[in-house]
Amino acid sequence: MKGSLGARFAQVIPTLLLVTILVFGLQQLMPGDPAMLLAGEERDPAVLAQIRTQLWLDRPLALQYLHWLGNVLHGDLGQSLRIGLPVSQLVLTKLPVTLQLGVMAFIFAVCIGVPTGVMSAVGRNGVWDHLANLVGLAGLSTPNFWLGIMLILLVSVKLGWLPPSGYVSLAEDWRQSLATTVMPAFVLGNAIAAILMRHTRSAMLTALDQDYVRTARAKGLRERVVVLRHALRNALVPVVTLGALELGTLLSGAVLTEQVFTIPGFGKLIVDAVFNRDYPVVQGVVLVTATVYVLLNLLADVLYVLINPRMRAA
Amino acid sequence: MSAAVGTAGAVVAARPQSPLRLALRRFLRRPAAVLGLAIVVGFVVLAVAAPLIAPFAPNQTSWSVIRKAPSLAHWFGTDENGRDVLSRVIFGARASLLAGVISVAIATGIGVPTGLLAGFAGGWTDAAIGRVVDAMLASPFLILAIALATFLGPSLENAMIAIGITATPVFVRITRAATLDAMTNDYVEAARALGNRPTRVALRHVLPNIVPPILVQATLAIAAAIIAEASLSFLGLGQQPPAPSWGSMLNGAQRFLTQAPWLAIFPGAAIFLVVLSFNLVGDGLRDALDPRVK
Repeated sequence: MKGSLGARFAQVIPTLLLVTILVFGLQQLMPGDPAMLLAGEERDPAVLAQIRTQLWLDRPLALQYLHWLGNVLHGDLGQSLRIGLPVSQLVLTKLPVTLQLGVMAFIFAVCIGVPTGVMSAVGRNGVWDHLANLVGLAGLSTPNFWLGIMLILLVSVKLGWLPPSGYVSLAEDWRQSLATTVMPAFVLGNAIAAILMRHTRSAMLTALDQDYVRTARAKGLRERVVVLRHALRNALVPVVTLGALELGTLLSGAVLTEQVFTIPGFGKLIVDAVFNRDYPVVQGVVLVTATVYVLLNLLADVLYVLINPRMRAA
Repeated sequence: MSAAVGTAGAVVAARPQSPLRLALRRFLRRPAAVLGLAIVVGFVVLAVAAPLIAPFAPNQTSWSVIRKAPSLAHWFGTDENGRDVLSRVIFGARASLLAGVISVAIATGIGVPTGLLAGFAGGWTDAAIGRVVDAMLASPFLILAIALATFLGPSLENAMIAIGITATPVFVRITRAATLDAMTNDYVEAARALGNRPTRVALRHVLPNIVPPILVQATLAIAAAIIAEASLSFLGLGQQPPAPSWGSMLNGAQRFLTQAPWLAIFPGAAIFLVVLSFNLVGDGLRDALDPRVK
């Protein structure tokens, strides 16, 4: 077990290094001279030369990368071109908002996806199974920004039940905070619920076919006990780890969901940066997201080893 | 021995069918997949024949019909510039389908040869490609596509390139896995034993046999690419106004949600319908091409 975990840990470092190369490479895609773009209206050659020296743009590409990497390793992701604040500070301010949204979305996803997947597997090829599959596929096919707009139209504009946009932090007023985040969290959780439903169904079908389930039934246990205590318990092992991998979907989804509901989180940060061509912020957000995602994947692998008795024994 | 003869005899008696024909028969037995295919074909016809089908030109404005609700004259209503929403939805199918198909063509064009090389060469080549793929997959799909599109500049062409590059790693992984699986088969051993060069073995013997999983992934990837294009256009990074695109139409619709909800309903419904159809076709193809999957 230690060997496999060690190998997995060792894989993370080159992956993260390659991520930094990819993220650094993004600025090479910019059309034209980056110094001209960063200078905006300013065309004074002295100012342009100063920007080039400041950002090491007048050095070879490899040196530029090493300089940038050195800064990143010291927590310096550059400065926002629009507001002049350090990108790392902006990221740290916005991350808790997206974290709250993400946790709520994941709760929605588990509460909808796992029971639907279990029902679908238990009633295999029946009406519930077909219905759950169709709803799952519909969930995967719905662009979350459109679902968000439709929910605002129905729940906020027509029914007036929840505020259409905005954000109040938990510390400020927890009721208002829930009111402002419940709809975006549902939108964000919708696609993951569909994916979790599919994983759960597949894992439950495998589990229900195993000898221990047959033994449990032969012992005369009630079907509910067989399904929930014996099959689901084992089926949840791959579901938990595969579910953790869907956090990337969640981060992607947050970009558009936060935009639709005007929530000042991590996703809104990247959208605002895109609108303002604030390249260092876009670069910083991609780097942080990729790093978080790689570490979450690692956590999922560790979790899989820890909660799977067979892997633990190996 | 007798059983083997019996089985062989039964096969001969049952008139052998090509795997393609069998897969087609299995596909046609799935009503949802056939319905999905019919809707996809319908959208393709709409996109190709848009100038003939659409009642108005997509950018034709009329100041007398600004933000009019759906009516007999304008089935899907009109927008803030008096343009016919139905016509824009029909013409918008072009951008979405084009983005879906071209992005996936880019992804397969790069991903399949790279995956084939990784699986076939093994060793350091495989390890190096694997690490690059891991690094690309480390960033969530849409965030990487947004970043690429931002740096490349806003346009439909750049959005397609961004989506295509972002979707490539999945094709590398699938092709590599399928190649490794195919290489364990006797026909590959036989082709090698006959003295065929590795390139010939890879292209003539392995590649044709790994098409099914790639085809399934391509269909599902078109669905994901259509959503990604709509997302990028929604953020102003895809199709630029006034050219119609479902994503940019939704972006504009947000400002008039209370006064003109139809502006948001129809383009979104079109995205949903076409993506759902591609997903149904993809699921149907997967079941038809790999009957072990249930």
